[in-house]
Amino acid sequence: MTEHRFLVLIAVCAVALLAGGWLLPSWSFVINVAIAKAIAVLGLVLLMRAGLVSFGQALFYCIGGYTAGVLATNYKISEALIVVPLAGFLAGVVGFLLGFLMRRYRDIFFAMLSLAFSMILFGVLVKSADFGGTDGFNITAPTLFGMRITGQARFFGYAFAVVLLALSVIAAWRFTRTPIGMIADAIRENEIRVEYLGVSATRSIHVLYTLAALLAGIGGALNALTVGHVDPEMAFWTTSGEFVVIAVLGGAASLVTPIAAALILEVIRTFAYQYAPNAWQLVLGVVTLALIVFLPTGFAGLLRRRREVSNRSAADAVN
Amino acid sequence: MAAIIQSISLNKSFGAVVAASNISIDIEEGTITGLIGTNGAGKTTFVNMITGYLKPDTGTIRFRGEDITSLPPRAITRMGVARSFQIPQLFNSLTVRENLAVSIVARVANGLEGLRAADHDTLDSQAAEVLARFGLSDFGESTAGTLPEGIRKLLDMAVAMVAQPIVLLLDEPTSGVASEEKFAVMDRVMAATRGLTTLFVEHDMDIVRRYATRVIAFYAGTVLSDGPPGTVLNDARVRELIIGESHGPAAAGGRADA
Amino acid sequence: MSGFLGFLIDGAMYAAWLFLIAVGLTLIFGVMGILNMAHGSFYAFGAYTAAMAVGVWLGTGRAPLVSYLVLIVAGIVAGVVLGALVDRGLLRFLRGREPTALLLVTYALFLILEDVIKLIWGVDPYVVSEPYALLGSFSIGPLSYPNYTLIIVLAAVLSGLALTWFLQFTRKGKMLRAVIHDAEMSQSVGIDVDRWFFITFVTGTVLACLAGALVAPTISVVPGMGVEVIVLMFAVVVIGGLGSIPGAAVGALLVGFVRSAAVHYWPEAELFSIYGVMALILVVRPKGLFAAPEPRKI
Repeated sequence: MTEHRFLVLIAVCAVALLAGGWLLPSWSFVINVAIAKAIAVLGLVLLMRAGLVSFGQALFYCIGGYTAGVLATNYKISEALIVVPLAGFLAGVVGFLLGFLMRRYRDIFFAMLSLAFSMILFGVLVKSADFGGTDGFNITAPTLFGMRITGQARFFGYAFAVVLLALSVIAAWRFTRTPIGMIADAIRENEIRVEYLGVSATRSIHVLYTLAALLAGIGGALNALTVGHVDPEMAFWTTSGEFVVIAVLGGAASLVTPIAAALILEVIRTFAYQYAPNAWQLVLGVVTLALIVFLPTGFAGLLRRRREVSNRSAADAVN
Repeated sequence: MAAIIQSISLNKSFGAVVAASNISIDIEEGTITGLIGTNGAGKTTFVNMITGYLKPDTGTIRFRGEDITSLPPRAITRMGVARSFQIPQLFNSLTVRENLAVSIVARVANGLEGLRAADHDTLDSQAAEVLARFGLSDFGESTAGTLPEGIRKLLDMAVAMVAQPIVLLLDEPTSGVASEEKFAVMDRVMAATRGLTTLFVEHDMDIVRRYATRVIAFYAGTVLSDGPPGTVLNDARVRELIIGESHGPAAAGGRADA
Repeated sequence: MSGFLGFLIDGAMYAAWLFLIAVGLTLIFGVMGILNMAHGSFYAFGAYTAAMAVGVWLGTGRAPLVSYLVLIVAGIVAGVVLGALVDRGLLRFLRGREPTALLLVTYALFLILEDVIKLIWGVDPYVVSEPYALLGSFSIGPLSYPNYTLIIVLAAVLSGLALTWFLQFTRKGKMLRAVIHDAEMSQSVGIDVDRWFFITFVTGTVLACLAGALVAPTISVVPGMGVEVIVLMFAVVVIGGLGSIPGAAVGALLVGFVRSAAVHYWPEAELFSIYGVMALILVVRPKGLFAAPEPRKI
């Protein structure tokens, strides 16, 4: 897909989301929360394209959220335009530092180590009275360009989230078209060959990991501002697991389908909690299972396969 | 003038197995050298050491006079030494064109320049050009993992060539290729790599005889014989231990490998 | 002095519990290459089944001491049924898939089981403390512990010894070790690898369920007990090296004593100390303490 067509696609989706949020304000909160997760999932997808399934993105999600919380509560800075980028940046810095270690691991050990670090943060936060322990703490009303964006003016907060999502997707997509972004796919396929092409796989992974951390931090901050509350659960391994499930259902081959998956899942979850709170995970688990068993590349795989088939039939026609 | 590649007293053992014993070989620039030997004789180990995948226990390797013994494969590749593999190392779920595109951008993927968007139109035309050179144009959109072995071997070599290397090491370029296609593949490769210093590991003596100007015979980690094809391939010990004949002259043009 | 003694005994008991829940996990990974994220849910399933069975037993007014037998039998039965269902019904069809895909499969299984447990047993806690109190207690110095905890220690030691003896000293154990080493090669020399995978998975599940069953009287059985436990299990087996039973023992001891030290001397660090140790060990030994060496690729 050319850049032009992709930008048009994103613009159309963004306008659709904005229209939806304007016409159905009661849904804007749910979509807003979903967008926060979607941005975190975007980072995870970038990592998964290199073959690394991180079960620890919750670490950066939580750092982003708590940074937003601390800035708003302790420093009285609740301007979203400052808080979100700052939180993302901090998460990115932690990701960069941790990346020196994480970049040397693969497969299950990468997953387990990433899980360990997020659980370390969880353990620290649960026992820390300063941060509210298991209860966490509330965040005062955020502002945008100085204006309040909660209550009556919630749409502006929603619009901010949609714009943020659109920018993140475009940035991520551009990244996949850069040399490092292209190498990420190759690393998943054959790391030895990548080394023999003169590229340092570990250094490329380091870049990916930092980016994923940044995006997760932005998502966490957005979540914190939207929900108005942070707690250690943000760093619990099941939060990371949720991101992984969304990425798997959406399919890591595309950047757009995981976002759709995040939105759809959050909407379904809101319904499910109302009618069958003890069956929601069951349904999610069954769907995930079915997808892995029958469609290992998720929805994005469906799209790619359809394209491949149409290419092949075109080639057949010529021959 | 010093040889472009010098290996000096290389020793490498894996436990009780001696893969290299005091190997000292100089490769002159622009030559085409064939490496022969039985399985386990140390040919691939030699290639692995030159390209940095394995470190010799003792000994030195020099490229253009510079010591490269402790460098990792990616550094040695950047210096101009490329290799293809016995089992093609490709990006199997990418298309042939994507395989080449990735290989082309790899050159800038290390530094900060790697974060700047690649010009995909230029990339595509560069990939197309390499495809044409190796006769792979028809396979551009095919997934690498679904191709026949001969095509995969060509692609493996094309990927190695993208970096415009100065020295090329080919590990069994025609193994797995159907006998009637071997010469076609080799002709194609040699045409694409004309003028480069080339080393290839081979089991097919016809290929060796036809394309190499120098042959080095390995046996049990040592060099059994080293010289022009006519000399080495007629050496009695080589014929007995490697080629598999113990008596009689080598028939001209006859197949000599067992 | 009693503080140090307390630390030692708590550490040993915690280590025994950890070993019991983790040994099945490491066994399954060692043989089948699957990191079973649902292992904690198996543990919870065993606890619920046992608690329910004991509750029923005691409700009929029969000999309370037999409730131990009921506990153990319930745990084993739960494990056999669950393990057989999962392996024959699901995993059998996914042999040979890549480890990450299998990881996600077991994660999906975890999601499913968590809700299944809630659907079967509801969300209220189960408390069956009678077996726990029945055996009385023993004292070491000023500290007294229920005798019941010795059962857990005994179970841990027995299962560790039994597994080790089986793998090292029996003919069938040698076959299993061949499968651990190289499943494909084992298949080609005639070993029924699929059957060994099945046996291994059921054994691992039984161990998890049994651990849950044995623990049930000492806690209140609640939904989510599996969720907390799974990360502890991971820490233990990753530290020890995936697939190594002695490794699981060492990992259990290490985590057990580290946690006990935290609880006794630095309570704030309790949770993070465990994962901190895991992270530390992985940094120094990327594959764990007792991991097997890996063959070359090209």
